[in-house]
Amino acid sequence: MTRAVVRPAEALRPQTHDEVDMSTSLAGLDLPSPILTASGCAAAGKELDQFFDITEIGAVVTKSIMPEPRSGRATPRMAETPSGMLNSIGLQGPGIASFIERDLAWLRQRGARAVVSIAGDTVDDYARLAKTLRMQEGISAIEVNISCPNVEDRGKVFACDAGSSSAVIQAVRRNTDSRVPILAKLSPDVTDITTIALACVRAGADGLSVINTLLGMVIDTDRLRPALAGVTGGLSGPAIRPVAVRCVWQIRQALPDVPILGMGGVRTGLDALQFLLAGANAVSVGTMVFNDPSAPLRVHRELQTALAERGFTRLVDAISYAHGYLDRDQQTLDPIDEDVDAVADEQ
Amino acid sequence: MPMQYRSEVVSSRRAGQYHVLTLTAGSISETTKPGHFLGVAIGGDESGLLLRRAFSIHGVQERGVFGGTVDIVVAAHGPGTRWLVGRHRADPLDIIGPLGRPFSLPRDPVSCALVGGGYGSAPLFMLAEHLRARGCRVDMVLGASTEEKLFGVLEAKRMASTVTITTDDGTLGETGRVTDALGKVMDDHDTDVVYACGPMPMLAAVADMASDRGVYSQCAVEESMACGVGVCMTCVLPVIGDDGVTRMVRSCVEGPVFRGDRVRWSDVGTIPPDTLGAPAVEGGTR
Ligand SMILES: Cc1cc2nc3c(=O)[nH]c(=O)nc-3n(C[C@H](O)[C@H](O)[C@H](O)COP(=O)(O)OP(=O)(O)OC[C@H]3O[C@@H](n4cnc5c(N)ncnc54)[C@H](O)[C@@H]3O)c2cc1C
Ligand SMILES: Cc1cc2nc3c(=O)[nH]c(=O)nc-3n(C[C@H](O)[C@H](O)[C@H](O)COP(=O)(O)O)c2cc1C
Ligand code: FES
Repeated sequence: MTRAVVRPAEALRPQTHDEVDMSTSLAGLDLPSPILTASGCAAAGKELDQFFDITEIGAVVTKSIMPEPRSGRATPRMAETPSGMLNSIGLQGPGIASFIERDLAWLRQRGARAVVSIAGDTVDDYARLAKTLRMQEGISAIEVNISCPNVEDRGKVFACDAGSSSAVIQAVRRNTDSRVPILAKLSPDVTDITTIALACVRAGADGLSVINTLLGMVIDTDRLRPALAGVTGGLSGPAIRPVAVRCVWQIRQALPDVPILGMGGVRTGLDALQFLLAGANAVSVGTMVFNDPSAPLRVHRELQTALAERGFTRLVDAISYAHGYLDRDQQTLDPIDEDVDAVADEQ
Repeated sequence: MPMQYRSEVVSSRRAGQYHVLTLTAGSISETTKPGHFLGVAIGGDESGLLLRRAFSIHGVQERGVFGGTVDIVVAAHGPGTRWLVGRHRADPLDIIGPLGRPFSLPRDPVSCALVGGGYGSAPLFMLAEHLRARGCRVDMVLGASTEEKLFGVLEAKRMASTVTITTDDGTLGETGRVTDALGKVMDDHDTDVVYACGPMPMLAAVADMASDRGVYSQCAVEESMACGVGVCMTCVLPVIGDDGVTRMVRSCVEGPVFRGDRVRWSDVGTIPPDTLGAPAVEGGTR
């Protein structure tokens, strides 16, 4: 480390990393680790369990599941981009019944915490999914992927419209056990993300997942056509991290108490720390899993060390910490101001 | 079960247009079977190229001076493979493997034809060894656009009962494609099983030839991959299951080796309308 690290004033000494309490709470859900997987980047956990113990991380967020089996889009579905990638998978999946029978059953038997992501074409799809999941044990939370085209509104993405977003969240909330938190997953492709955030919270979301991918496009200059069969795709990875941190920051400013699951390009423990400091209560690791299949556990450990180096004894103390920077600057300036005042009084 | 390994380059040597890299691999070398592949991270811990590149495992050495090692054959193609051929002895490399489903081997000592296109021959030598150990007959057909792009001609001659070479430009062997030569090989040696690895159009043609003759075939496909471990759904192609239903199947975990008669070769790159969960046709219902 070349730069001096600022420690919270109350910390007397840097901690050793195993002294840092890494537990956090997300929308009423107690998690031993703040690091989760990201939907669509970890399937349902089984494959990654070969590389690290998936029960050690906060939770597995499963690939968005729809009511029926879905083939997804044609290939090519992926293009590598600078520090990121573009994907147009098209929500390929086996449908909710098979998901429950195989994937959820496996996660339950494995003892992993499961956050189930759901997606639909219509508000009613989401309601049906929530109803079906209501019968199931072992679901820690439901993440509602609203970055899907609403077939009843000429394909306009739910997450880009406050009205559609809240209709979906209301439908899911109404059909979900009140003890199971629901997280609305927001798209950054909007003019003002705090408007959608507020609409979702008012509609009954217990927390927000921030952010989904950004719409992007790559053109293949050899074949002189779009690189993806789906033409456009979702951009993810470290390339989008500053956008994601900004979104978390803005939502935290607008809604000081809303639980936030932050994500977007987290590669290291320090990246995860940025999200916490900006206001996230927990952090998902997505695309970087493709680079390093044990990234979630590695990020957890690096984050623990980073918190210790900064004198934090509890992870929760770091949440939103950066928002206090102006007040803290004020405190350091205060004594000087007093001196100035004293001089003024003497004259 | 695949593992992640902090590997080191033991050697890198040229072979025609390719580079053969020998990498330390610990116990990966013990669990590798013919047809398995490796996911290699590109550019180190801060690299902007995030996605691992896939390479067939060409050979393994379980116990040498460097412990277990594996060999891969790299064709410099884009930025990732160019970086890889620039690695030198003792450079660190992050690898995961063995990945995918390997070739399945016949129980009986049957007659096998092994067909490789370009660097696609890389996994076939290990396969030939295993087949020979089971008493199988091995005939090899290697093809490429030009001599420089053939891989392993000498090795093939050591291992196979016969070796047929084809090049598009006639710089070595017969002028033409592997499929021009394969028919005669199959007839001459009463081939029971065809194994193939190479570009997709070659695999499609080989699988069709085998099917036409009622011969069983196994093809190792090459689909663009993002994760290589089954979590992203990038690498799919339409494959007919045991139940007769076509699904978009992940080639990194359910392949890369597929039965040639199960892949819908002419539909690769599309979602055939009868695929499980295919989008409803305009005006239709789902
Ligand atoms: C199972 C399997 C085995 C392979 N075995 C070998 C081998 O033995 N030797 C060899 O030289 N090459 C092999 N390849 C192809 C090799 O993975 C690609 O040439 C390489 O990924 C290209 O990377 P790049 O950075 O040079 O090119 P770029 O075009 O910049 O790659 C960009 C992205 O596209 C993907 N990609 C591009 N071309 C291919 C391709 N043909 N196949 C898969 N992904 C691709 C890359 O993984 C990367 O994510 C194999 C591919 C697969 C799937
Ligand atoms: C291949 C791929 C598939 C994804 N699938 C989903 C999905 O099914 N549902 C969803 O809500 N988000 C999906 N995402 C978005 C991620 O969950 C995450 O929000 C986004 O990629 C940003 O995080 P990252 O940069 O760490 O990947 C997907 C992302 C990728 C790269
Ligand atoms: S490459 Fe990710 S699922 Fe096959």
